[in-house]
Amino acid sequence: MTVIAAATAASTLAACGGSDDGGGTSGGGGGDASANEASDIGITEDSIKLGAHFPLTGVAAPGYSEIPTGAQAYFECLNQQGGVNGRTIDYIYRDDAYNPTNTSQVVNQLVLEDEVFAIVGGLGTPTHSAVLDFLNSEGVPDLFVSSGSRLWGEDPETNPYTFGWQTDYESEGKIIGQYIADNFPDAKVGLFLQDDDFGEDGEAGIRQYIDDQIVAAERYTPGNTNVGPQIAALQAAGADFVVGFNVPSYTALSQLTALQLGYDPQWFYSNVGSDPTLVGSLLNNFSQGQVSDASLLDGALTTDYLPTVDEPDNPWVQEFQRIWDECGGEGELTNYRIYGMAQAYTTVQALQAAGQNPTRDGLVEAIETAGSEWEGPVLAPFRYSADSHMGTSGMSISRITGDTTEEVEPVQLTDLGDAEIEPYDGEMAEVPENGIPNEESVVD
Amino acid sequence: MSDLQSPANTTAESNRAGGKASEDAPTEATAGADQPTATRRRSLLPSSTLLRHLLVLLIGAVGAVVLLETTDPFTNSQLATLTYYAIAAGGLTVLTGMNGQISLGHGALMAVGAYTTALFLSADEPLPLPLILLAAIVTATAVGALVGVAAARLHGPYLAGATLALAVGLPGLAIYFHDVLGGEQGMRVRAPRAPEAFESFISAVSGNSATNTKWLAYLGAICLLITYFLLANLIRSRIGRTWRAVRDQEVAAELAGINLGAWRVLAFVVSAAAAGLAGGVLALVVRLAAPSGFTLVLSLALLTAIVIGGLGSLLGALLGSALLVFLPPFVTDLGTGWGLDNTEAAQLAPFVYGVVLIVAMIFAPAGVVGSLRMRWLTRQAKRSAARASRG
Repeated sequence: MTVIAAATAASTLAACGGSDDGGGTSGGGGGDASANEASDIGITEDSIKLGAHFPLTGVAAPGYSEIPTGAQAYFECLNQQGGVNGRTIDYIYRDDAYNPTNTSQVVNQLVLEDEVFAIVGGLGTPTHSAVLDFLNSEGVPDLFVSSGSRLWGEDPETNPYTFGWQTDYESEGKIIGQYIADNFPDAKVGLFLQDDDFGEDGEAGIRQYIDDQIVAAERYTPGNTNVGPQIAALQAAGADFVVGFNVPSYTALSQLTALQLGYDPQWFYSNVGSDPTLVGSLLNNFSQGQVSDASLLDGALTTDYLPTVDEPDNPWVQEFQRIWDECGGEGELTNYRIYGMAQAYTTVQALQAAGQNPTRDGLVEAIETAGSEWEGPVLAPFRYSADSHMGTSGMSISRITGDTTEEVEPVQLTDLGDAEIEPYDGEMAEVPENGIPNEESVVD
Repeated sequence: MSDLQSPANTTAESNRAGGKASEDAPTEATAGADQPTATRRRSLLPSSTLLRHLLVLLIGAVGAVVLLETTDPFTNSQLATLTYYAIAAGGLTVLTGMNGQISLGHGALMAVGAYTTALFLSADEPLPLPLILLAAIVTATAVGALVGVAAARLHGPYLAGATLALAVGLPGLAIYFHDVLGGEQGMRVRAPRAPEAFESFISAVSGNSATNTKWLAYLGAICLLITYFLLANLIRSRIGRTWRAVRDQEVAAELAGINLGAWRVLAFVVSAAAAGLAGGVLALVVRLAAPSGFTLVLSLALLTAIVIGGLGSLLGALLGSALLVFLPPFVTDLGTGWGLDNTEAAQLAPFVYGVVLIVAMIFAPAGVVGSLRMRWLTRQAKRSAARASRG
C-alpha cells in the first residue's frame, strides 16, 4: 500500500513538472493487448474500476437515479465487445441521497476501500463540492461531473483532476439571452431562478443580452414547495415571457401555480428542468391526478446539448435504444439514461486516449490534449485544454410540442464571460460500430 | 405552569419506564464512589470518580490509537464520521437521558458549529485549530443558551416542537445570508494539514504513513475522548444528580430548593456545546458546511442513536452512533452481494434501519446498554436474594 502511494506521489510530481510543455504527443501507440499491466490504482491487466455517486434514494432520486443505469448499460455492452484495450469496465455507483455529508462518506469508500481508478459523473453541485478537495488532494481523476457549475472547469490550477462535462449554466444563459433578444425583442421577461449557483450563473449569462428587457427576477429556495409568491410576483410585474433556471420538480410546481393564477406567459425552461416525461409524472403526482401529463408544457422552449428520446430518427438515439434493449435493466430508455450513456461514451474516449496502460495523470493529460477534438453524441465540442476543464461549449434551442420537440435554433457555441456566441458549423458525428469510439492514444 | 403539569408528568413517567435501568445504575455507581461498600469493585478501579475516569480516558486513548492503526483507510474515515455523531449524541444523552428533555434541534446546533468553523477557516490566516473549535463551541453554546431559556419553560412534546422549528428554520439562514454563508451549496472547508509532530508520532507508533484522512480521524477521536471525559465527570457529579432529581421528582426537587428552570437551561447549554464541537468536527471531516447536510434527518438520527444505544449512557450514545455509521454501507454491500442492483441495495439501507429501530423498541426498549445493565442488575439482585435466604 505504501509502495503504491509513494509511486503515485512520484508520478504526480513528474506530471506537474511536465504538464505545461505538453509532453510528447506521438499518436498511434496502439500496442498489443498482451502488454497490459496493472499500471495504477484501479487498473489491472484485464479491468478498470470506475466509481460514481448519485442520489438513488430521497428527493433528488426521480430522474437522476436513472443516469447511472444508462452508464451501466453502456459499459455492459462495451464489456461484451472486449472493453477498452482488452480491459472490462467495473462500474460502481453508490447512493448519497443528495446529502453532501453522505457524498463525502461514499466517495471515501469508493476511493479508499473500492480503490477506483477514477470518479466519473458524480452528480450535484453541493454534493460534489464536498469531495472536490479530497479527490484533487488524493490525485484521483474526477471526470465529467454531472452539473453545469463553473466550479468543475474554471480553475484547473486549483483542481487539476476535475473536469466538467455538460454545458455550463452561464453559457446556457447567454445563448437563451441572445435568442430572446433576436426573436422576442418586445417581450417583458421574468426570471424564475433556483437560489444557488445554477440560478445565479444562468441569470448572469442572460443579463448580458437582455438586461433591459427583464422586468422581474424571482428566486425560490429548494425544499420550499410553495412558489405562489414568486409566480404571482412575475405576473404582477407584467412578465409575458418567463425563463426558468430550475429543477424538474419546480417546473411542475411553476406550471401548476401559473394554472391556478390564470397566468399564461411564454415559458422557456433550462435544459435541467425541461424533461417532459419526468415533469409529466411530477405534474400527475403533485396535482393528484388532475393534470395527468406534460401537456401544460406544450409550446414551452428549452435548450439541448444531447439528442433526446423524442427524436427516434436520430442515429445516436437509435444506437442508445439498441444498447438499452440489449444490456439495460428494467424500464424505458429515458433522457436521463441517454445522459448516462453519453457520459460513459466520453469516458471511454478518455480511457482510449490515455493509452495501453493508463495512469491517473496520463488520463488527465489525455483529456487536456485531445478532449477538444472528440466527437460523439454531444451536440457541441468540448472546451478541454490545459487552461480550461469546461465541458461542452454550446446548445441548440427547441420547442416542446405534444410528446415531441422541434428545433427552433441550431447549435450555438460560446464560453464564460464576454466570449462571443457563434453558430456551430460542424456536422453531427457519425455513430461508430457498436457505439464504441475509437480514439488513438495521445500518451506515451 | 399548572396546565403543563400533566404532560410533564407523563413524559417523566415514560422516561422512567424506558430508562429504568440506566437511572438505577448511575445512582448505584455514584453511591459506590461516595461510600465504597462494594469491595469487589474497589480492588479493580480507583475509588475516586475523577481518577477512575482518567483511567478510562487513558484506556480509551490507547484503544483509539490501536483501532486507527490496525484498520484500513476507509474504516479510518468511517471512524472519523463516528466521532462527530458520537460527540453530538453524547451531548444529547445528557439532555434527554439525564434531564428528561427531548430536542429535535441538535442538527441545527451542529450547523452552528460547522458554519463557525468554516467561517474561521476561510480567513486569510486562520487561527490555530483548537481555538477555532473553541469558537464553534462558544457560538453553539450561545445559541443553545437562547433556546435553553425557552426550553426551561417547555416540556416533552412542547420542547420537541420548539426545537423542531430550530432544526427546520436555522439552516434556512445560510440560504438567506447567501453572500456570507454560501447559500444552498454551502461553504467549502479546507481542513488544516497535520502538523509534523503527528507524522512522527504515527511513524513511531505503527510505521504507517500519516494520511490526511487519518489526521482527521485522530482529531475527531481526541475531541470525542475529551468530551466524553468531561461529560462523564459532569454526570457523576452533584450537577448530574441534580439533573436526575429534576427529571424524576420535579416537585420534590423544587421543595429541596432546586431552581428547575436554571438547571434545565444548564443541561441544554451543555448539550449545545457538545453539538457545536460535533459540528466543527463534521465540517473538517466532510470538508463542507451546507444546509443540505443539516436537515431534520440529522437531528432524528442523533435521537435514534441515543435511544437504540441506551438512554442516559455515554457508552450507549457511542454504540448508537456506530450503528448510524456502519449499518448503511454494511447493508448496501450485503444487498449487492445478494444480487440486487445498486439502486435496490441503496433502498435496502433505510428499510433495514427502520426494522432495527422497531426491533430495538420491542425487544430492548431500554436500548443496548440499558438492557444489558438491567440483566446484570437482575442477576445481582437474584444472587443477593439467594445469599440472604441462605444466610
